[in-house]
Amino acid sequence: MKRPLTLPIYLDNSATTPVDPRVAQKMIPFLTEHFGNPASRSHAFGWKAEEAVEQAREQVAALVRCDAKELVWTSGATESINLALKGAAEFYKTKGKHLITVRTEHKATLDTMRELERRGFEATYLEVGADGLLDLNQLESALRKDTILVSVMFVNNEIGVIQDIPAIGELCRKRGILFHVDAAQATGKCDLDLQALKVDLMSFSAHKTYGPKGVGALYVRRKPRVRLEAQMHGGGHERGFRSGTLASHQIVGMGEAFRLAKLEMAVERERVRAMRDQLLAGMNQMEEVFVNGDLERRVPHNLNLSFNFVEGESLIMAVKDIAVSSGSACTSASLEPSYVLRALGRSDELAHSSIRFTLGRFTTQAEVDYTVDHLRTKVAKLRDLSPLWEMHKEGIDLSTVQWAAH
Amino acid sequence: MAYSEKVLDHYENPRNVGSFDKGDESVGTGMVGAPACGDVMKLQIKVGKDGVIEDARFKTYGCGSAIASSSLVTEWVKGKKLDEAASIRNTQIAAELSLPPVKIHCSILAEDAIKAAVEDYKKKHVKEEKAEAIPETTRA
Repeated sequence: MKRPLTLPIYLDNSATTPVDPRVAQKMIPFLTEHFGNPASRSHAFGWKAEEAVEQAREQVAALVRCDAKELVWTSGATESINLALKGAAEFYKTKGKHLITVRTEHKATLDTMRELERRGFEATYLEVGADGLLDLNQLESALRKDTILVSVMFVNNEIGVIQDIPAIGELCRKRGILFHVDAAQATGKCDLDLQALKVDLMSFSAHKTYGPKGVGALYVRRKPRVRLEAQMHGGGHERGFRSGTLASHQIVGMGEAFRLAKLEMAVERERVRAMRDQLLAGMNQMEEVFVNGDLERRVPHNLNLSFNFVEGESLIMAVKDIAVSSGSACTSASLEPSYVLRALGRSDELAHSSIRFTLGRFTTQAEVDYTVDHLRTKVAKLRDLSPLWEMHKEGIDLSTVQWAAH
Repeated sequence: MAYSEKVLDHYENPRNVGSFDKGDESVGTGMVGAPACGDVMKLQIKVGKDGVIEDARFKTYGCGSAIASSSLVTEWVKGKKLDEAASIRNTQIAAELSLPPVKIHCSILAEDAIKAAVEDYKKKHVKEEKAEAIPETTRA
């Protein structure tokens, strides 16, 4: 991977990844030559498209070790999560009305839970520890007789921590409670084995794993069988779970992306880990830099750091040669810092001072070195500008200062 | 978010960054905002015997618009009398920097910082007059 350094440097691979050129090559013929509708049963155009869609289904199934028949194509992880949670809640509502999730989940889960609350379901949002991990005892004590579904993400999108999915699965299966896992950030990073995991529903996205945007899949277990109420009605595609003409070129792209992930994951993970460790070592040469979330139970692709006494949005502005994202939501209309970092019990200052670096398949050593140098220069400059840094250097404990909130 | 050229200029080349001695009689210090809200501004003015602001310094923890707003007002207050400085409105700051609606609070904070610095200077000098007055009364 020796390439000349070009700016800006992309370190936001948890937002999305580039489509791998090998994936793009596979997709193109399905736009122009093999454009048939996979649902057309009466001619070769349709057969060719259907064959490609089913091959892609096998490729996705191979990565996560399930039966291809257990996968439903969707438009992405958000739709998969909506279908899983609403579909299961509506189907099983006579069994109970209680749902459980975690405060640090993605908005696709949290907002869907809110919608289900509006429809009369009850939801519990579990706290996490300072390391970002769910305490299983807390989950166990939240389970009720009328709990029908638990939803927990495999890998957190902001801090990259890995929840104990095998143990949560055991806990739920013993009680006959459905377990949904949002695995959007896990494919190509963690080993996923649906033969072993006691997971009933799992959501996937293509574009976090070097596939195209606009396609994803939902795993729906057949043994024991999980039923869902469809959320999209129409031609009865995907065994009635999700109607709509299949986006065959996107699906081919997701299949190829997941095939490559299976082949290359082990090597890629160690290469990324080495670069992440160098990035962290470089940053740690500065004072008052903190890692958000557990560093061990975490995908190596993610490094979420707080640069104390520097505000995140101004730091992102200063490091405009590096594409990263901030835990400070100051960039939107609200002034609230990241709800994920707040859930870890981080102070508002540290939450406002955070940057998420996410490395990927195409990150190079030269990019990591540049990032370290660049950040060190810019953080020093902003700290020279910061009255909080000045107070810290004078030995003032900022938590004892009475601030006039505005 | 797209920043205006003036915001970017102040952000890249902030004017009058630094600190004066808080204890100096000729210095007024204003510190406004809170870390929890994502911005804290410290503005200091140095006032001449004629009551005119001779110099100003700032330090800001906050987004680019907050840094630019405070950098701008350090330029504006120089050469102004205390009451003239205190009458600078946030709308003038926002207009000068073309701040978008979500960043108006940055200009409000800068206005508050000037007022706080002027207030601090005035307080110091009320005390000073009293301090001078006390020995005279005790002598009498």
